[in-house]
Amino acid sequence: MTELSDIPESVSGRIGQTQYEETGEFPVEQGYIWTTCASVQNGNPLYWDAAAAAEITGGQIAPPTMLSVWFRPHHWSPGRTEAAVPLQAHFDLKEDLELPEAIISENTITFHDPVRIGDVITSRQVLRSISDPKTTKLGTGRFWVLDVEYVNQDGTLVGVESYTAFGYVRGDV
Amino acid sequence: MSEQIFFGDVRSGDEIAPLSHDVTATTVVLGALASRDWRPMHHDYDFAVNRNGTKDIFLNTPNQAAWFERYITDWTGPKGRLGRMTFRMKDSVFPGEKMVLRGVVIGADTDDSGCGWVEMDVTLLADERICTTCSVRVAVPVNAEDNPWMRRGNDWLPNPMTENDR
Repeated sequence: MTELSDIPESVSGRIGQTQYEETGEFPVEQGYIWTTCASVQNGNPLYWDAAAAAEITGGQIAPPTMLSVWFRPHHWSPGRTEAAVPLQAHFDLKEDLELPEAIISENTITFHDPVRIGDVITSRQVLRSISDPKTTKLGTGRFWVLDVEYVNQDGTLVGVESYTAFGYVRGDV
Repeated sequence: MSEQIFFGDVRSGDEIAPLSHDVTATTVVLGALASRDWRPMHHDYDFAVNRNGTKDIFLNTPNQAAWFERYITDWTGPKGRLGRMTFRMKDSVFPGEKMVLRGVVIGADTDDSGCGWVEMDVTLLADERICTTCSVRVAVPVNAEDNPWMRRGNDWLPNPMTENDR
């Protein structure tokens, strides 16, 4: 059976603290909305017909489930030497808890004000909890819950994502 | 997409017509890139198999969310407005599998602001294997004059109120 180290105080001290407040690298835009709708064959007129969007939602909006799209970093940009990763607090936990693999096992998204074309979205990450060691069919590790809050350029809350992840060591090592 | 659903049309136990889609590698890669998810297990077969220990690349969570949204709003019509979704991932969806979404209404109620909420359970299956379940709270108009998209502040309560909130 894999033995896990105790949770360092430097990690448990992050619980409840705001981390990684980041502003999206580009404003909410039509192209990704169409690509996303195309990927799932979503013909909702709100995303294809500006007149319908104006009448129903007061202007063009993004599909609510695209919330996380707007803060995911480019895979590369000038001057960057390492690939940036979204949910950095999640990857920090993998490294600091020495759990090289991780999956997201549950995800709750709460949708507040609509996200509109041209909005610039800022996200902030808050670690809510870390479990005792658990063993699943994937391996031995810990579950953690991480919230990501999203606000627009006016500071208005547009959504909250809550992720439950399982970080683990594969098999019985 | 269906005609607009109204709150009075909905009953607990109503089943939503299933949606089926044959998943290909393109489905997975297009969905990952559309959601700006560059992680290799969603486009690199070798990484998915030899590093993650899965049988192939697999559909990412944000794109599954987009599939659930499309399925739900196809049913509600465009004035349907999502309030909250909770996903539980049990297994992965791989190329070559038939994905089917099935939904059932488990409750319908109006809140203190008069907003009409429908609670649904939606299941995503791949080759008849349950891969993801989703609990959904979606607002639909209570009448022809109502439009959930115009609700703001205390008139938009995506989290159900508890006794402590009242």
